[in-house]
Amino acid sequence: MPQAVLDVYTTELSRRANPSSLHAVGQAGRMRLETARDDIARALGATSSSEVVFTSGGTEADNLAVKGLYLSRNNGSFAEPSRPLVLTSAIEHHAILDSVDWLESQGAEIVLLDVDETGRIDLPAAEAALRRDPDRTALLSVMAANNEIGTIQPLAELGRLARDLGIPFHIDAVQALGQIPLDFAELEATAMTITAHKIGGPVGIGALLLDRAASPTPILHGGGQERSVRSGTLDVAGAVAFAAAVDLATSDLDSRAAKFSDLRDRLIAGVEATIEGARLSGPRGTGRLPGNAHFTFAGCEGDSLLFGLDARGIATSTGSACSAGVSRPSHVLLAAGMSEDVARSAQRFTVGHDTAASDIDALLEALPAVVDQARRAGMVSATPRWRQTAHESQESA
Amino acid sequence: MKVLVAMSGGVDSAVAAARAVDAGHEVVGVHLALSRMPGTLRTGSRGCCTIEDSRDAHRVAGMLGIPFYVWDFSERFKEDIVDDFIAEYAAGRTPNPCMRCNERIKFAALLDRALALGFDQIATGHYAEVVRDADGRPELHRGEDLAKDQSYVLGVLTGEQLEHCYFPIGATASKAEVRAEAAERGFSVANKPDSYDICFIPDGDTKAWLADKIPMRPGLIKDAEGEVLGEHDGAMTFTIGQRKGLGIEKPAGDGKPRFVTGLDPASNTVTVGSRADLGVSHLTGIRTSWAGPAPADIGTSPETGIDCEVQIRAHSDPVPARAWLGDVVTEAPDHEAAVPAARPAGQLLHVDVAEELSGVAPGQTMVVYRGTRVLGQATIDVTGRDRLGAR
Repeated sequence: MPQAVLDVYTTELSRRANPSSLHAVGQAGRMRLETARDDIARALGATSSSEVVFTSGGTEADNLAVKGLYLSRNNGSFAEPSRPLVLTSAIEHHAILDSVDWLESQGAEIVLLDVDETGRIDLPAAEAALRRDPDRTALLSVMAANNEIGTIQPLAELGRLARDLGIPFHIDAVQALGQIPLDFAELEATAMTITAHKIGGPVGIGALLLDRAASPTPILHGGGQERSVRSGTLDVAGAVAFAAAVDLATSDLDSRAAKFSDLRDRLIAGVEATIEGARLSGPRGTGRLPGNAHFTFAGCEGDSLLFGLDARGIATSTGSACSAGVSRPSHVLLAAGMSEDVARSAQRFTVGHDTAASDIDALLEALPAVVDQARRAGMVSATPRWRQTAHESQESA
Repeated sequence: MKVLVAMSGGVDSAVAAARAVDAGHEVVGVHLALSRMPGTLRTGSRGCCTIEDSRDAHRVAGMLGIPFYVWDFSERFKEDIVDDFIAEYAAGRTPNPCMRCNERIKFAALLDRALALGFDQIATGHYAEVVRDADGRPELHRGEDLAKDQSYVLGVLTGEQLEHCYFPIGATASKAEVRAEAAERGFSVANKPDSYDICFIPDGDTKAWLADKIPMRPGLIKDAEGEVLGEHDGAMTFTIGQRKGLGIEKPAGDGKPRFVTGLDPASNTVTVGSRADLGVSHLTGIRTSWAGPAPADIGTSPETGIDCEVQIRAHSDPVPARAWLGDVVTEAPDHEAAVPAARPAGQLLHVDVAEELSGVAPGQTMVVYRGTRVLGQATIDVTGRDRLGAR
């Protein structure tokens, strides 16, 4: 956590304030909370502070947007929905995909928009899908940028289309916050998910930016806080720290993005020059998150690559972290058209605040040996030795 | 040495990892993810491969300060263990999936990867010992605690594999000692219950699980003379030696209980007989392997065989036996006719046992011992009263 964020967080933690209390201490807390709300609204282009609804994080905000908007578009009921259609893509985060799966079990009809091999939503196909039955469509939910392969989606175009057709548009911007400019009003979205921990804030606080005209059916019921959309005692310390983190993440965004992009492109060029069979996933240039590089390495298990790099002090990822700690082939890569074997060979490299050019060079120096080693270790899908015929085992020897 | 410890999340592999660290090795822990959907394998503290088990293993690794990873072998596990288990049962055999897992996953797929990634050895929490002979070659021996001894399920390991095996708890006098050590080290798994049964059958009901995977075909129950005594719902739900649940109304002529003595998937017939009919004194095994070099003195006839002991289940008593080599068969055994990737039957092994064994099912493994040492093993293919089928 950046020191500036940590300072305001710990200071606030040492105070006691339920911002909904009416006494002076409570009111002082409310003041600090509302200031934080103002700051976040301003930094993200919300037209009013009341468009910021605090949640416990990105997962809750996504659930509130998808389930809450679906219900409010269907008279608050799952029975006989007049607008059963939910449009999203197959490369969304599980907070969206599992939510829409659940909606489907409750009677919704899910339409997955096609993505191309870089993970970008196919606009003409999306337009056709949106125009097919707008009167029966509950909402459109699309991530601003993909957390695995860094693809930035055509949000402005999708937003315009959805607005013209009167379809609520939700953006999951968890991964994009602090990486690319986000202007809630300009994007013409109905709702947008953000969370603090991705930008150096504490875990446990996030927000749904929510158009004032939208009133999703609440998912959490209780004391009626946050426009009665999200009940629960407000986390003043979390909100204050979140605002500080948003401030850091959105100021100097251009220069930071330029620095990240330079490092990223140095990494991409280096990997492509030194590793045979390495293939960049996702788009190049400005269509890609500045800090994201993602490759598949033919013939390597991602697990083996991660092991080899970790042993050399280089922290990478095989995909998005999953609850069991198991790297199954990524649904994002499969949706982008890769085979299971190719998807298993993935490795994601993230450029962050503390990444220096020398770190990229160290990675490029370590990588050839790590890839060789991983290739020797083989793929799990290969014919196992015990089952090979004498002929095959001679070949592999 | 660089040691990769396979950590199931149980107490044995936790202590094994701790001892490997104490011995000064460079240790990395790995938990094998064996199911595509972790929730579908056994949940709770029984058995292996659940998310909870992975977390338990991770905590122990954290306490030991060693790197820890979860590696996905679910594809191999499904094809090489689960599908194989189903195919064997469908062919009227009784396989041992834990043995297959040792043979094909832990000491094969995992070992190969470990060696390629620069490790020298794989360590597990098995109760067995690797002892070096005068020439430094590895021998596999029973674990010190005979009640927990797991040398049987490791009987498939070859000398090449044993070179890279490390069983840090094999010489411990008892499981109680292992648990006490885990408690002393502060491991939360110290009192975790032992795993039983088969990890990929969540409720332990093998018959019901199989009935879901193998089509049930009703057939006839006959006696040895071919007289029809009743009908069954599906031959694969029976086991050799089974007495209960036969549903035969007509009592046996001698008034004694009847037992399942044979299963023939081809004719879908279950054969029953008396307890005496269950006894076998000759076994022929296929795919013989040796835990090191083959015994130098083994010949190809009963007269030139070796004296040894044979064990046919993980926890049955070994019986004195004489074993000799048969032919090397390049075709797959008949019952594997329908298996796409069937392998040659390989080296045959013939065994005469000094006392009759009861309830021996084809598909089971016979492990050949001499004293505490594992010599090798073969998969039982034919059993009989005499040397029928000996080639």
